[in-house]
Amino acid sequence: MPDPVDARLDRLRGRANPRRHNARTISALATNPGCARRALMDASGADKNLIAEHTGYKAPFGQSNFAIIRGNAFESQVKENGAAPLLGLLRDHLRLPIEEAGYHDFNEALGNDANEVRYARTRQVLTSADKNQGTLFDHPLLRLKIAGRHAYLEPDLIAFQLHGQFHIVEIKSFSVIDGQADPAKVAAAAIQSAVYVHALRDLLGGDPEQVHHQTVLVAPENFSSRPVVTGIDVRKQLTVISRQLARIGRIDELLEKFPEDLTFDLDPAPGADAAPRRDPDDLLSAVRQVEASYAPECLSTCELCYLCRDEARGTTAALGKTVRDDFGGIEFVASALNLARGSAPAPDREEVAAQLRHGSALRTEILGETL
Amino acid sequence: MTMLTSLARALAAERGRAELIRTVRHVHLSPRPLVFIPLELAGEANGPLAALVGDDPEKPHLLTISEPRNRTQRFAWAADLAAIVLPYIDSFADADIGEDEAYQDAPQLLVPNPGGLGFTRLLGRSTRFRRTQGEYAVPESVPLLGRWLTFFAERSEVPASSLILSMTDALTAHWATGQSAMEDGHLAALLAWIDPPAGMTGAEAALAAEDPGKWPPAGPATHPDFDNDVLEGRVRAVRSAADAGDEGGLNRAQAGFAAALRSQLEPTWSLMWQGVELLRGLREADYLGKRWERDRWSFSGHVRRLADDGAPQARRDNAVRAAQRLSSLERDQQFIDVQAAFEDPLVMAEQRMSGEAFAGSAVEVLADRTDDTGKRTVPRPWVTIATADGVLIEVGKKVKVVRATGTRQDAIVRIVEPGDEAGAERGVGTTAVTVELTSGMGRKKTPEPGGVPAVGEFLIATTLTGDFQPSPKWPEKEETPWTHGGPPPEYVPNDEDAGEAWS
Repeated sequence: MPDPVDARLDRLRGRANPRRHNARTISALATNPGCARRALMDASGADKNLIAEHTGYKAPFGQSNFAIIRGNAFESQVKENGAAPLLGLLRDHLRLPIEEAGYHDFNEALGNDANEVRYARTRQVLTSADKNQGTLFDHPLLRLKIAGRHAYLEPDLIAFQLHGQFHIVEIKSFSVIDGQADPAKVAAAAIQSAVYVHALRDLLGGDPEQVHHQTVLVAPENFSSRPVVTGIDVRKQLTVISRQLARIGRIDELLEKFPEDLTFDLDPAPGADAAPRRDPDDLLSAVRQVEASYAPECLSTCELCYLCRDEARGTTAALGKTVRDDFGGIEFVASALNLARGSAPAPDREEVAAQLRHGSALRTEILGETL
Repeated sequence: MTMLTSLARALAAERGRAELIRTVRHVHLSPRPLVFIPLELAGEANGPLAALVGDDPEKPHLLTISEPRNRTQRFAWAADLAAIVLPYIDSFADADIGEDEAYQDAPQLLVPNPGGLGFTRLLGRSTRFRRTQGEYAVPESVPLLGRWLTFFAERSEVPASSLILSMTDALTAHWATGQSAMEDGHLAALLAWIDPPAGMTGAEAALAAEDPGKWPPAGPATHPDFDNDVLEGRVRAVRSAADAGDEGGLNRAQAGFAAALRSQLEPTWSLMWQGVELLRGLREADYLGKRWERDRWSFSGHVRRLADDGAPQARRDNAVRAAQRLSSLERDQQFIDVQAAFEDPLVMAEQRMSGEAFAGSAVEVLADRTDDTGKRTVPRPWVTIATADGVLIEVGKKVKVVRATGTRQDAIVRIVEPGDEAGAERGVGTTAVTVELTSGMGRKKTPEPGGVPAVGEFLIATTLTGDFQPSPKWPEKEETPWTHGGPPPEYVPNDEDAGEAWS
């Protein structure tokens, strides 16, 4: 019997091909755990990109083919000959006492079976690996419990096992120049690695000792394509991820708030291009039934950001966290300005109202304007 | 950011137009800046693709690399860039000056955004170690360009230095828009809020400015759609014409390639000069005269250094230099904060919001008060200021009192008396603060004329003193303690640096 929650989620997604979670979507969700819209869409595997485009809010980002080609070239360079170059790097970095290591690529081994089957097989292979022989496991299928449901991840990573302990290895194509890389990219890689450490520990039975908190980043050095290894301690990110994942509401409870027939189906036309035929306004009103929690940070992480930004017009959150915090969490710009203009505040807003009036008085004194 | 900036953002959102958050300009602007808009190839570490550069708004120079991964073309591109940047720099260093003199003026580079600063720094890093002779020889101008770009990039970290400016940073330092700080990073949208076209609100104009077809990104990253839909095809066309040995076809393909990149750069070029005009519309703060003087000295020093030995800047500072530099940047920043507050009432207003400063009228003045406990009797008048600002300064604290004329006197806070609501309503302030003046009254027993404020005079008192802080003592480089790695080795130019891969 199909799980009723699964059935609801399938219905939400409609006829689109399910989009799988990846570390990027998880870290995006984890940075905004209060967003019901994102939580539901991601849990159902809805195609946010297509939904955004069809409703007239095309996402402002994409990926350049140049960057993809470069990234793939670097990855295959590191993994050529059964990942021999990678093993050489790891040997130096982790001071491995071994000459050789096995290489197991799950991409080839897992085939197209259902996620559960592939996950079980991954676990079987990982837990029964020869502890005395080092092995590089490429593309393991991992699983993470999000909002009370299992999400499967097929990360582009290698898990290296020796003596029963695993190291997460991530290959990235951004450069490390004189020992320094773009801090934003390193931060994103660290949070992704932390997601993998979390998921892999879960797979191995929850013992933190089995997966090292120091992950391994392989990236091009300086302006060349020569790989260099850097260790990243992700203990802090692990704490953040666990806390944020715990904050995301349970999907089954979330679903109860919405009508049974709610769907983000695009009504795809038959044929290869599957052009969406659903009335955009109808789709939009379905999307709007589920509340979003917009912040400007969404602009770089979420495909629906323009849609949600449009809705959030007039809120202090749309102006950024600093403004919202400065205004003591007041939700609307107009309410804050009313207080600045001297309207009587609610008892719990007296302090911020005094500040706003003070600011308004200073503007009047200095700029000669009245708010 | 502060409450006042947040309030300005809220007002901007309501009014549909950016609000000034400064009353004077806090950056120096050259009458002849060099605008530099670089583009890089996606996925590459500092892989230049194109640049639009020049000091004349009517005459931008377009430099492109049609085979972006080709090492020879990269260095040729760097040499082309040097052929524009170096003569521009030289035009400020043409006079004969002595060892203890600085040039009359200095060059100024303008890039669109912090990414442009980062590109400049990395381009300096990837070119300054090159050699002009031997196995990995590059054109002579290339390492020189690298040493200059590195110099500019390093100066960009110095508070209130204006040798290189990022346009989005310069604009957001003076205006608050009705969008988020993150969206302000988009130069076209930012300018749309500050200076919307006729008939449009800033909000509408900013939305329109997000159309990458009309307003491409200001670099260094290009738009992925442009890469995939246009650039990829143009690169392929150049390659196949080159492979076919078809000279006419190659020229046409290269022209098509350059035209595509020009289309991505020209909108930003006009935005850069629009930004320059807007900033010029603000009067420059006086303290920047001194800061620009420092920039001129720094520039002159670099000209001399290059003439003397010209060794490239190290990859990383040694421990002593790093500590010195950080300490000097921090002291500079403190000094600038104080200067900025004294010259810009909106900056001082931030101090007043935080309770570290207050302003109001003098309501009571004991002008004849003296102190005779010391060897000499000295005037120590008490002035009571009624203020509506929240005062968090404690009794006994030293403050500066700023007079209406701009002169500043030292004082000590003696009494802080909370006022009542009735006082607030009469507009005479809610707090009465009595300060004891200790300077600015001459050397006699009685204060010089004008040395004591009169009742009714508007005064500002602040804990920002801007007093001289002596620099800490640092060891010589040769005496770097072992805790910091011991004395660093001398940099010796080597083959590895000179031949380092750049593609």
